[in-house]
Amino acid sequence: MPLSPLLPADQLAAKFADVKPPLRPQEALVEASRCLYCFDAPCIMACPTGIDIPAFIRKIAGGSPAAAAKTILTANILGASCARVCPTSVLCEGACVLDDRDEQPIQIGRLQRYATDYVSERGLQVLPPIPASKSGKKIAVIGAGPAGLGCAAELARLGHAVTIFEKQRQPGGLNTHGIAYYKMKPQVSLAEVRLVESLGVELRCGVKVGTDVKVADLERDFQAIFVGVGLGAATRLRIPGESLPEVRDALEFIAQIHTEPLEKVPVGRTVAVIGCGNTAIDAVTQSKRLGAERAFIVYRRGEENMSAYDFEYEHAKHDGAEFLFNVAPVGVVETNGHVSGLRLVRTRVLDGRVEAVPNSEWVEPCELVLKAVGQEKQVQLLRELFPRLQIDDRGVIAHDALTGQTNLAHIFVGGDCGNGGREVVNAVGEGKKAAHGIHRFLMHEPVPLPPQPSRLGAKGGATGSGLLQPIRAHELEAALTKSTNR
Amino acid sequence: MADLSCNLAGIKSPNPFWVASGPPANTAYQAHRAFEAGWGGVVWKTIGTPIVNVASRYSALNHGPNRLIGLNNIELISDRAPETNFREIAEVKRRWPHHAVIASLMVETRAEWHDYVKRAADAGADGIELNYGCPHGMCERGMGSAVGQQPAVAEKITSWVMEAATIPVIVKLTPNITDVTAAARAAKRAGANAISLINTINSITNVNLDTFVPEPTVGRLSSHGGYCGPAVKPIALNMVHACAADPAVGLPISGIGGIATWRDAAEFIALGATSLQVCTAIMHYGFRIVEDLADGLNAYLDAKGLPSLADLRGRAVPSLEKWENLDLHFQRVARIDYDKCIGCNLCYIACEDGAHQCIDLVNPDELAIGLGPGRVPHKPVPVVREADCVGCNLCSLVCPVDECIEMTVVNNGLAPLTWSEYQAKLARGEMSPIPPHP
Repeated sequence: MPLSPLLPADQLAAKFADVKPPLRPQEALVEASRCLYCFDAPCIMACPTGIDIPAFIRKIAGGSPAAAAKTILTANILGASCARVCPTSVLCEGACVLDDRDEQPIQIGRLQRYATDYVSERGLQVLPPIPASKSGKKIAVIGAGPAGLGCAAELARLGHAVTIFEKQRQPGGLNTHGIAYYKMKPQVSLAEVRLVESLGVELRCGVKVGTDVKVADLERDFQAIFVGVGLGAATRLRIPGESLPEVRDALEFIAQIHTEPLEKVPVGRTVAVIGCGNTAIDAVTQSKRLGAERAFIVYRRGEENMSAYDFEYEHAKHDGAEFLFNVAPVGVVETNGHVSGLRLVRTRVLDGRVEAVPNSEWVEPCELVLKAVGQEKQVQLLRELFPRLQIDDRGVIAHDALTGQTNLAHIFVGGDCGNGGREVVNAVGEGKKAAHGIHRFLMHEPVPLPPQPSRLGAKGGATGSGLLQPIRAHELEAALTKSTNR
Repeated sequence: MADLSCNLAGIKSPNPFWVASGPPANTAYQAHRAFEAGWGGVVWKTIGTPIVNVASRYSALNHGPNRLIGLNNIELISDRAPETNFREIAEVKRRWPHHAVIASLMVETRAEWHDYVKRAADAGADGIELNYGCPHGMCERGMGSAVGQQPAVAEKITSWVMEAATIPVIVKLTPNITDVTAAARAAKRAGANAISLINTINSITNVNLDTFVPEPTVGRLSSHGGYCGPAVKPIALNMVHACAADPAVGLPISGIGGIATWRDAAEFIALGATSLQVCTAIMHYGFRIVEDLADGLNAYLDAKGLPSLADLRGRAVPSLEKWENLDLHFQRVARIDYDKCIGCNLCYIACEDGAHQCIDLVNPDELAIGLGPGRVPHKPVPVVREADCVGCNLCSLVCPVDECIEMTVVNNGLAPLTWSEYQAKLARGEMSPIPPHP
């Protein structure tokens, strides 16, 4: 049966309201006042863009959200979207020392949103003006996603001329189209793109490098190229029935939620989501919110193996999503040319390998199948564009972790096409590091990182350490476990 | 249960907690509510020739999300007729014969003082408090702190009062004076039976940065006001102690200034107060707070095995001495408990920038403390260089974790030596000077 929208607009608006609503001014003040203002704070070390978190929180506590936004946006031009989409519980908030005092960590993400909303709602320009004297260097950025935007903004602020080439009509990449709608509306991402443009960055959307503009032309007109093309289409399932119209790429489904009115987005009464990463969670919860009576996740391994964050898992369960663990799809069932079910088989893990349990197949009825088993690497595209570019055995571009430089000296990389798929904030941080790498490559001098006010006087390597080598919560937890056992 | 009953210069109350003269003690209605809630006494809002008040009247000092750590007011004495106030005092005394009602008075001439003192006694008040303290408004008319700041004037007026007084007289002292004991001694010389302190402190709490008119605003103007609330407690404790420790004063004390908890109350008593007066905490939370004050004080006295307030009173007075009598050789150092430390490093930066540079940040791998505090591998941890630590306390004060930094007494093997002894020994050539700190 062809799919149709299930719920009216007013109900959908309520279901897709922000899961983390903005803080009211007094809430923000109270929350900010809880911050201890650590010296050389762990939260900064956990931020891949190295935002001086205690400094901006102190400014909120002191009643100056605009000054706080300046601190945030100077370090992370996508601070507004990161405030909404960062998995803060495994990044900054996961590192908050209050956790060690058995208290709730500071709600850094929501405070960051408070400060960045404050300036965007009022149209305040808080970033320092870009340098009047230009370097005379021109850099091409391929892809207007978080990595490309992060790189372009930083380059512009260093006095370089930047042009971004984006194949989509709308810029922002996954930040505009791929974030769960209840976490962030695309307008936030698009406003950030305008912020980057306000720094003098030229943005050319609907221009596909390799087709509309040749790489050779870029190499002629620009002194360096930043590649931030992200990942490709959803990984194929390679099962019968995959080409049926109701078998869709979960990211494409999410993008539709962003580009069409919610009441126009068709969804099945029963939805199967294949995979158990964070995109799968976004797909299953949004299916429920669009009105699906039943939405379930199919995952070939157990609960303990899923890559979704714990808080995402809890979120999905709260939304009424079901989880079928140790189950794999073997075929899509068709009725009159449409999906009517998903044929599943039980799996077990033997010697680390997943195998089907014989004679355990059954069919779960469903009308829509969403594929969320990861995205293909862009190996083919990258080989076409840059035949001599070194791509590692994981299918990502080999590069220097601190500078983003590839084996081709004038080509730099950041974001998913270099890291295989991580958070928005990682992409921004890598874009920023690559900008510093490009600056050094073109100007033969390093970028002096500004000292961070909250850690003025810290000795040795403190400046921007979160940017250079972000710590992660799982490392923190591992350390904690060891330290409790000591 | 300890005995909380209180007797200040003959003014008896079932407990030491009195509502201080101010907005909560303005009417019989409020006095009834206060006694119903459990207060032991009420010092009536100051009675005098009726005045006219302004709007607005109060402003606050907040600290982060905490409201009213300080309160400022430009309200004057009672704006009700004296006959109304005295009639209501009589009413309250009829209903609450065993509770203390004290009439606070502020007038100008000797004849007025005689008249008001007599009317207070006739109304059945248990005592009189002389308001020599208000630092706003009334002082411009030669009353309030204008009196309290001039001991000779205060002494004169007090002597007028004593000529007519038949009930105990308390002189309320202003803190807006260089030496509060000068005013206390004047009260003693004039024959007063007790003193109460402190009245409010001259203040401006804040400036509105849009209008540039401080609060409380009256039209487009403001005026400096009297400051009170938790933030003034340290000033009040110091002045209570100064009076309690001065043999030339020798008067019972009613302690006032920022009392909000039983602990505050116990501290005032330990520094020599007999009764306690509370205003701001009531203005913030209502009369109901007395339940916690009484229960907490009782529990404390029981825990310490002190049968009555008299057994606590003044216990801390001898612990305060002149600086010159402190032991120069006493030494204690900061010790950090790494099992409690959360890795905020506030101790480090406080010592480094704000004190004496005795804490290093050290890679935990170099120490035998496992991974160290916090959960960040290799993140430097604070280590006190005990040989250099001056024992100033600052790190332990800024540490956000209870009992994480302990100031530990260390035996340096040196015999006690006070500054006075040191000077004497130097003069006698019995020792060489202590070398200056590098």
